[in-house]
Amino acid sequence: MSAATEIAIRITVNGTVYEKTVEARLLLADFLRETLNLTGTHVGCEHGVCGACTVLMNGDSVRACLTFAAQADGAEIETVESLGTIERLHPLQEAFRAHHALQCGFCTPGMLITGIDLLKKYPLASDAEIRDGLSGNLCRCTGYEHIVRALRAAATARDNGEAGETG
Amino acid sequence: MKPPPFAYAAARSVEEAVAALATAGGEAKLLAGGQSLVPMLNFRLLRPAVLIDINRIPNLDHIREEAGGLVIGALTRHRQIETSARIAKHFPVLTAAMGHVAHLAIRNRGTLGGSLSHADPAAELPLMAQLLEAEIRIANGRGGRSVAARDFFRAALTTALADDEMVTEVVLPALPPGTGWGFEEMAERRGDFALAAAAVTVTVEDGFCRACRIAVIGDGNGATRARDAESAIAGGPKDAARIAAAAEAAAGAVMPSSDLHASAEFRRHLIRSLTARALDAAWRRAEEART
Repeated sequence: MSAATEIAIRITVNGTVYEKTVEARLLLADFLRETLNLTGTHVGCEHGVCGACTVLMNGDSVRACLTFAAQADGAEIETVESLGTIERLHPLQEAFRAHHALQCGFCTPGMLITGIDLLKKYPLASDAEIRDGLSGNLCRCTGYEHIVRALRAAATARDNGEAGETG
Repeated sequence: MKPPPFAYAAARSVEEAVAALATAGGEAKLLAGGQSLVPMLNFRLLRPAVLIDINRIPNLDHIREEAGGLVIGALTRHRQIETSARIAKHFPVLTAAMGHVAHLAIRNRGTLGGSLSHADPAAELPLMAQLLEAEIRIANGRGGRSVAARDFFRAALTTALADDEMVTEVVLPALPPGTGWGFEEMAERRGDFALAAAAVTVTVEDGFCRACRIAVIGDGNGATRARDAESAIAGGPKDAARIAAAAEAAAGAVMPSSDLHASAEFRRHLIRSLTARALDAAWRRAEEART
């Protein structure tokens, strides 16, 4: 085992394999945005508090600002770009649109990715549970109410087995 | 880039990790979940020469039954602890506490060993280690050692770990039959740093408390056992006066200060209320366990 300041990584992002050599201290968030030009992942506080940079790593939501790109060697990363397109929104994105769950949109990528992981792992049987689940993601526009409604709609769709393939 | 420059290496075994720590002579940090370490790097509060990533070490995330208790690997993620049926069965108080540990994305990454080694004064896992009288197994290049929780935590962010040591496992000894538990925490939002928390186990036999443990968070020194509060409960029957006396003693066991989140007075008030509630719940569960 030898320590190095430059690390060769092989990483799958939204289904595409990338092989890059990165500085050891390069954060996954900066790797996605600066190296791969995937700017859908937003960077807010850069110390794990705001949740804007949340991405899926091997299926679990993680803070991309608290993960080094070198640690993601061999991992599968999914960002907000993997969800849907303007023409064909992901069901959770559609729920956000229908319930006006965003204004400026800065927190939205992190909210969506967190929402997908919450829908996968928790019953979300009450609005209180949804609020607890979203408590690690900050939004300064909406007052959260509409985001909770969007998650509620998505959870209901999931429980009814509707087109809501949310993972 | 926010973090300072460092050299990175992914250890493949505990032996490799502790050897690298020894070689670095205090200039290295272990990188587990990174949920506390990486913010400190991003703020440049730390400038380690080397980061030794232990995430790729196999067989360090087990939750195993042993002598009626559990042995939990240091790399076990918070989310695994939160959802483990074994933990829910043996230590439901730990399951309850995990619901207060940060947020899902943090719980997906954060590790047991990392939280104990970091020893944040507001963190739930050091509180649980104190309450459950955990034994912390430590690897080093000298055959390893085991340290009781009460000796492991020295002060805020300070543990008994030497520069070349690494937590490998945490042993939680079995609780006696007839033990009930209570856990109460107050934070500004669910998952935020605790303003105060109280965790309790009560072992009840024939209506009398045979053993009582009370651990609290509420000041900058970190989780502590409230021994005077325990004495107020142990040996007696359940009554409101004893619980009130214990709650008062628990509030006296911390030395909170005022900051922008809460005044010292309010933190003491919280400890008092949370301890009383946790004791009440623990006693009720202990009696239910008997029936």
